[in-house]
Amino acid sequence: MTRSFRESLLLIVGVIAAMVLSLAPFLWFVSIGFKPQVEITAIPPRLFPSDVSFTAVHEAIFTFGLMHFIKNSVIVAGCTTIVCVVVGCLAAYPLARLRIPYRRVILLGILAVAMFPQISIAGPVWRILRALGWLNTYQGLIIPYLALTLPLTVWILANFFGQLPSELEEAALVDGAGLFQVLTRVIMPLAAPGVFTAALLTFIYSWNEFFFALLIMTERDRQTLPVGIALFPGEYTMPWGEISAASTIATIPLILLVLFFQKRIIAGLTAGAVKG
Amino acid sequence: MSMRKAYSESLTGYLFLTPLLLIIVVFSLYPVVYSLFLSLHRIILSLPSLGETFVGIDNFVAFFTDPVGRNSLMVTLVFVGVSTALEICLGIMIALIIHESFRCRSVVRAAILVPWAIPTVIASQMWRFAFNDQYGIANYLVYGTNVAHYDAWLASPVSALAVIILADVWKTSSFAALIILAGLQTIPDELYEASKIDGAGAFQRFFKITLPLLKPAILVALLFRTMDAFRVFDLVFVMTQGGPGDATNVLQFYGYRKLFAEGMVGYGSAVSIVVFLLVFSVSIIYLKFIGTGILEKKEARA
Repeated sequence: MTRSFRESLLLIVGVIAAMVLSLAPFLWFVSIGFKPQVEITAIPPRLFPSDVSFTAVHEAIFTFGLMHFIKNSVIVAGCTTIVCVVVGCLAAYPLARLRIPYRRVILLGILAVAMFPQISIAGPVWRILRALGWLNTYQGLIIPYLALTLPLTVWILANFFGQLPSELEEAALVDGAGLFQVLTRVIMPLAAPGVFTAALLTFIYSWNEFFFALLIMTERDRQTLPVGIALFPGEYTMPWGEISAASTIATIPLILLVLFFQKRIIAGLTAGAVKG
Repeated sequence: MSMRKAYSESLTGYLFLTPLLLIIVVFSLYPVVYSLFLSLHRIILSLPSLGETFVGIDNFVAFFTDPVGRNSLMVTLVFVGVSTALEICLGIMIALIIHESFRCRSVVRAAILVPWAIPTVIASQMWRFAFNDQYGIANYLVYGTNVAHYDAWLASPVSALAVIILADVWKTSSFAALIILAGLQTIPDELYEASKIDGAGAFQRFFKITLPLLKPAILVALLFRTMDAFRVFDLVFVMTQGGPGDATNVLQFYGYRKLFAEGMVGYGSAVSIVVFLLVFSVSIIYLKFIGTGILEKKEARA
């Protein structure tokens, strides 16, 4: 469609406004981590630093122990993502493509579970983990994360699996392949973009999750990045430079994922949301 | 033969579903039922001699008669109402912008996703510092170098809640925008062409064509945003700890404090069940409006 001059002007103003409002606050926060200490706590604040300083970055890595929070986050988010996708694919296949009894009930049940507020399961989950001796362990956080991420993952995967044509699947079955082989050799390769999308969303969710991480990981050694950054140690004044530097480093992987896989993320978030 | 085949298909199907069902039953369904059970008992960890007495709905009565509990409910409802309304309005505007085709559109879309991808805890620290009473950029933008006027935004009840709403709107409007964008993409261009020929202006086209056809997408975005807003926790934990006073003491934070800091297991579970029932009833109302179109479609091909 061709646009009138007024429409073009409106669009340009809108695009600029959306970009500035989305990015400017975070860019400003990133800049705090590279300012000399005196300028971070200058009154009135200074918008642009006069000099670049790496003191805060150095402090965040060596004094705050950023790397061990990153290690914990990588382990928890990584394992959650892998297990979630495997269990999710296994479950989505019969829900999307097989004739099984109570299919609709299970789908509705999964949708209902996705709505559960974390607080409504937090107390009992904590008691179960304590009984198993799993508080402050990786599996103690990974398994509740699976319960939180699986419903939407299965929903997204079932949606992608459901859109595949059935010819190849039927051919494989005629050739004598079992259902597990059909899933791993036919369905998953065909739906690879969908599987990747589900993995991306699960990873981002478990990298960012805070509530359960706060409850379950009470020992500093096991805490993930969000917990470390929320409970940033500060005696009398907050170490804003270090908080900003640590936040910037913790956000880099997410920014890269968004830049490279923007299309896949959008497809995943809207999968199944707007139909009919 | 075909009976046996159908039988083995459902057997294998359920075998594939077992890990999922196991995790969900043990770590989601059973916990909710257990929370309900706990909410009907008086359990105070600091007073173990009380044991676990069944008290019926006493904890719920206590919640609704306790001014702090009622305030927490009100704060949550204000937060949910205002933030979702703003997010949907902004979401529609952003969606309209990124639906247009222009150069570098994918860069703009990626930029808009950045707030969504940033961990909420980090966004919370960011806004907390931005609204810092001395070093924050907000005071500088509002009052310039007039230091004497600088406000302690997070220390006054109304502005603290407003700042938390602002942080939530900044972080999640793009999610609403993406859902609405998917809705926009289903509207055929011909409708606009036709109405243009009929001489309809941009505003008329928006209110007569776009908005009515976007209704399902807007409802879905509302559903997701409302469910999420009821669960707000990270922002409050990092920025205000429920304060000042109880001005930002939203239900999930109130329940967390009762359960884990004060050891009021029975009462805290009652709060968590209230959140559960609120989210559930709101979702069911929305789903009634949306219809189960998604499920019907899947049903049709099975």
